This record gives sequence, structure tokens and C-alpha cells, in this order.
Amino acid sequence: MSQKVYIAGVGIISAIGNNVGENLASLKDGNAGMQQMERLQSVHKDKLPVAEVSLSNDELCSQLKLPNHISRSALLSTVAAKEAISNSGIDIHKWRTGFISATSVGGMDKTENFFTEFLADHQNGDLKNVVNHECGAVTEITADHLGIRDFVTTVSTACSSSANSIFLAARLIRQGFLDVVVAGGTDSLTKFTLNGFNTLMILDSQYCQPFDENRRGLNLGEGAGYLVLVSEKVAESMDQKPEIALSGWCNANDAHHQTASSPDGTGNYLAMKGALKKADLKPADIDYINLHGTGTNNNDIAEGTAIKNLFEGNYPPVSSTKSFTGHTLGASGAIEAVYSVLAIREGLIFPNLRFETQMKELPFAPVTELQHKELRNVMSNSFGFGGNCSSLIFSKVIG
Amino acid sequence: MYIRSASAVSPQASFNQMLSTPAVYTGDKLNCIEPDYSKYIDPKLIRRMSRIIKMGVAAAMEALKDAELSMPDAIITGTAYGCLADTDAFLSRMVEFNEELLSPTSFIQSTHNTVGAQIALMLHCHHYNNTYVHRGSSFEAAVLDTQSLLEEGEAENILVGAVDEIIENSHAIISRFGIYKESESNKLLNSGTDGTMAGEGASFFVFSKNKEQNSIAKLEDVKTYYKTGRKAENIIHNFLMENNVPVENLDLIILGNNGDSKTDEHYNTVAQHLFGGKRLVGYKNYCGEYPTSSAFALWMATMMIEHGKKINNATSPKKILIYNNYKLKYPSLYLLSAC
Repeated sequence: MSQKVYIAGVGIISAIGNNVGENLASLKDGNAGMQQMERLQSVHKDKLPVAEVSLSNDELCSQLKLPNHISRSALLSTVAAKEAISNSGIDIHKWRTGFISATSVGGMDKTENFFTEFLADHQNGDLKNVVNHECGAVTEITADHLGIRDFVTTVSTACSSSANSIFLAARLIRQGFLDVVVAGGTDSLTKFTLNGFNTLMILDSQYCQPFDENRRGLNLGEGAGYLVLVSEKVAESMDQKPEIALSGWCNANDAHHQTASSPDGTGNYLAMKGALKKADLKPADIDYINLHGTGTNNNDIAEGTAIKNLFEGNYPPVSSTKSFTGHTLGASGAIEAVYSVLAIREGLIFPNLRFETQMKELPFAPVTELQHKELRNVMSNSFGFGGNCSSLIFSKVIG
Repeated sequence: MYIRSASAVSPQASFNQMLSTPAVYTGDKLNCIEPDYSKYIDPKLIRRMSRIIKMGVAAAMEALKDAELSMPDAIITGTAYGCLADTDAFLSRMVEFNEELLSPTSFIQSTHNTVGAQIALMLHCHHYNNTYVHRGSSFEAAVLDTQSLLEEGEAENILVGAVDEIIENSHAIISRFGIYKESESNKLLNSGTDGTMAGEGASFFVFSKNKEQNSIAKLEDVKTYYKTGRKAENIIHNFLMENNVPVENLDLIILGNNGDSKTDEHYNTVAQHLFGGKRLVGYKNYCGEYPTSSAFALWMATMMIEHGKKINNATSPKKILIYNNYKLKYPSLYLLSAC
């Protein structure tokens, strides 16, 4: 069971770029994706900045040759998953290939428009707009587009969803159930989530400042990220064997409150500790943590305290790339997993934008400037409603 | 892996009741008979929880009690639609009040992982917790994760289940696709016309890696397929071959036909080609049709094995195959043996 699971390819679409190259360039240049709402039609347009993907539904549909009633979540998913496969160079049809996606909103972007007409009269509203409401329906649009059938499923654990899809992929590969898995997640911006987070009073009306003493909340974002995970056998068959593996993972539960994290970040601590154990690493072996770092008061103190307790005396460089992409909910785990892989591949630590004042409870502060450094092990944290906490560790394969 | 316990909140009051006088429904749906929740949940919490959460929590707590397990090593849930009532409440209010005057309660309970999360919260369970939301294979994904987690050695005892609910608005929308008909549930499976009756339910199980004293059945194998081009007969035949179980050795086959003539033909063909002369039963006359109904079938099979052990006669089933194929897109198979 010591078989490694390699990362053979990555794909991404977010507010800071429509592909891996554009995302990397934005991360290097410090270009954030938040701005005034353009695409989402909400009454909160002028008050709440969001991080929208620049391409419209029409542009995405024509690029993918998909009909325009399809949920934006599925369009974003398909773009990123296709890029991941082409980036890997693998002929997925030669292997037992799975598609494991994750989403928290599914086809809600279409359903919420359908509902306006439906509530007026139950016979009203175009059924085409609700037929893909289910999370699984969104996954199937992408799976069918990619021609993947050997195993297809969807995870939904709120904001940690796509971290879970990634380790499930690794586990199924290790156990010989599949050879190749395209795993990750997607979420589009919706009025449903915007208003939901707004009622919780955790949205920042300015650009978010994760891990800052004076943080005010999060900005919502949208996007999709996918990784192509492969077995040792598939890795050996490639022209160039991948150099990065998923070495550790853990899913733990905070069991404190439906939405709020415990003050000490118990679930966060257990997830990070469990991932280290799985990877057989010590805290000092972690070279960088890509934080969950939403910018809410509650998340950042819980996550920060958990890091303080686990990494005592060996605080690795940390940063939240949500300062670029906003919080992409069910997609965030996968988007940040892609960034973690890029961090190792490029030898880069991405900055935590707009950071000003260190949190008084924490003995460390996030990285504020792009750093060039060889990285061997990178941890990526994802925490969600329902106390769902997951941590992943990506490692450079030595020898 | 072994099934230590099985519990369901369903349109049937209990397994014994279902054996003697099954609840019969007239109309186009079967709704759950809800238990007295105060047995399982703090009254203060009951008021805040929507129906699907209460049904899920009650089934989960009952399964844990029956297994004599206080703390599972993992909680895994499958749901196709998630918490519809909370989603509908927030969405409707958002539309009606034009994004103003909203309260967060229904939003925070609308996420698909709410049932699994609430169980963890009540148990103070910090262990693995995951939720699968893949239409007609949501429960199957949860069971596959269970199997994989046990194999990985990351857990010994796992609480796994499925929940889905009918609400007025979802029923109105799904009805517009022409899926349901007015019928009587006890005549549904032989109705011979297009359409079926909607159903709902929460079914939870404790699965364990090792055989325990109180294990009821061994789940020999489970398989699910997505839009496979293969014929159902081939899939089932291979599944049985892989498990070295010839059809003759099966005591009972539980099939997912739902009274819709469009899809019943599929099950009839399978039954004719593979299971001539065998004992066949349907289950959707008891629970209705819904994407995670195979969890009800697994509960029913487990209960039949347990009941069979008690009465211990020649008709007690020792080997049961379940074949469900939701909308003919998600064939799933379960093979159980008494232990």
C-alpha cells in the first residue's frame, strides 16, 4: 500500500485567469481578481465585490460547443478538467479512468432564475433550467464531455468539497480500483450563496484581508480546478515521469457548530496532523502552507491557532491565495491544490495580498511578497460548513 | 465488510409492521412515517431541524444503538437532492423579498453535508465525515468510500446512510417531467402503465471491517456503473461470477422495478433471462421511487436476513442479491450473505 499517487496534470479557471498559465502569471504579478460585480445580477451589486471568471456563459459555451442552458458550474468545470487532461498528455481512454468532482451550488445559478417564474405559477419556468440542478448533473455534463465512464461521482461537503474528491481519487488509485482520476471541483457565483453568506454577515464590502488583525470577512469567487492523479504504473508509462505526488491527506470534523469553527480549530488541527501522519512527515518538513484563509474573523483565528499549536516553533511560510481568487467554495480545495502543485513545480511561495497587521493572537504572519524557494512539501487546507476539515500534502518525489 | 445494524425512517412504520400489514398509499407519492424524535434528539434541537435532518439523525442514532456502537470511525452520507426544504425556504424568500430581509438559518442548513454534520455534532465525532451527491448512485458512492476506507485501514466501524426528501415544490417540478402517476402503492408494481410514485427516506447502517458477534450479514460485494454500454444481464452475470455465486445459490433477488411500464420491461427481461424460477421481490411499493432508494432495499434485505435467522426455517434467505437501476442510468448491485 505504499504505492505513490502522482500528479500528472493540472487545469484551472478562476477570476485571475482562464488557464494555468494565466493563473500563474497573476499569482506572480500580484494581480487579484476581485472587482465590482458584473455578471451576477444581484441587488448587492454595488456593495459586495466578487471575484468573477472573465468569460461569459456565451463565450464558455461557444468554446466548449455546449448549449447555453447549461449551468455555469458545469461550463467552468469542463474548461478546467479538459485543460488538466491535455496538460497531463495522457490518453485517458487507454486506462481505467474516473472523474470525481465536487460542488456546493451545483446548477443553482440556473435554478434561482427558474424559481422567479416558478413561484409566480408552478407551471411556469423553463424546465431546461432546472434539469441540471443536482450537483451530480453538473458533474455528468463534464464527465460526458470528456468521455469518462469508468467511475463518476460527486462530493459535497461545502467549502472543503474538492479536497475530499482529490484524496478519494488517490485512495481509489492506491487500491487498484482506477489507474487515472481527474479530480477536483467547481462552483459558480450565485445569488443564493451571495445572499446566504451575506445573512451570516461574513462578506467583506472591501477586498478581503485574510489573516490580518483587522480582517472583515470574505469575498466570494468562482472557478474550477482539477488534477490528473495517476498510479505508479501510469506514471512510469509517461514520457516524463511526474515529479509531484499527493503524499498525505486527512479528513476530520470539528464537531463544534454547523457553520462556525471552534476557537482552537480542533478540526483544522486534526486534519493537518492526520495529513502529516499519512505522509509520514514532521511539522518541520512542511515548506509552505496554502491556507484556507477566508478572511473571516472566525476562520482565520481557528486555523491560525491550530497552526500555532501544531507547528510550534517551526512556523512554515503561509499565505491565503483567496486574497487573489476570493472564496470559490466547493472549488477552493482543488484550485488551491493546483496552486500548491504549481508552488512546488515553480519553486514559488505566493503572497497573501493586502496584508497589513499581524493578528495579535498569532506568533506568525503570512508571506506578503512572492518568494523563490525550493519546496519539497506543501500543505493545502480546506475547511467548510458542517465542521468538515480536510488537509492535503503535495510532495516533490525524490529519486 | 459486515453489516452490524440497519435502520430506516421510511413510508413503513417498521419492518415488522411492513411484514404483517404494510402501509398503503394512494396518490402519486409515499411519505415517511416519522418516529417520535424526542427518543433521539434534544427537544431544543428538534425545533430547529428540518424534516430531512431529523429523519437522517433518527435513523443514524437507531443504527448506532442497534450496533451497540457509541462512536463510529467515520460518518458517510449519500443524498441526491440534499436538504431540499431548507434550500427551498431560502431560495423562495430570496426571490419573493428580492434579496432582502433574509435570515441565515435555512441557508446554513441547506448544504448537502448538513445531515452528516449534525450527526457528528450530536456525537461529538471528530472523525472522517464525507457526503456524496451523485444522483442515482449517491448511496453507492458512500458505500464504496466505506469499503475503501476500511481497506485503507483508516476505520473499523463506519456509519453510512442515505437521505432524500420530497417537498411540495420539488414534487411539483419533478411532476412536470411526467415521471409520476396516481396509483395505489400496493398495486403499483403491477400497474402496467407509464409513471411511478415518488418516495423518500433515510436509511443508515453500521458497517464493520471484521465480523462481530452482532453482525447480521456480510456485504460480499457492491458495484455501481455509470452509463455503461454493457447489457444488464452481462453486468449481473459477471458480478455473480466474480463472487463465485451461481444464480442457484441465491435465495432471493430484490429488484428495483417501480411500476413504470417504460422501465419495468428492463427488469422483466433481466428476470426472464437470469432468474427463471427464483424468488423475486420488488421494494418500491413500500418506499416509492427516489434516487437513493437502494439504501431502503439494503435495509430491507438486512432485516429479512435478521428476521430469517430468528424464525430459522427453510424459507429464511441466506443469500440475497439486490439489483436497482435508477432511471436505467445507474445500475447497482449488492450481494449479501447471512452470517
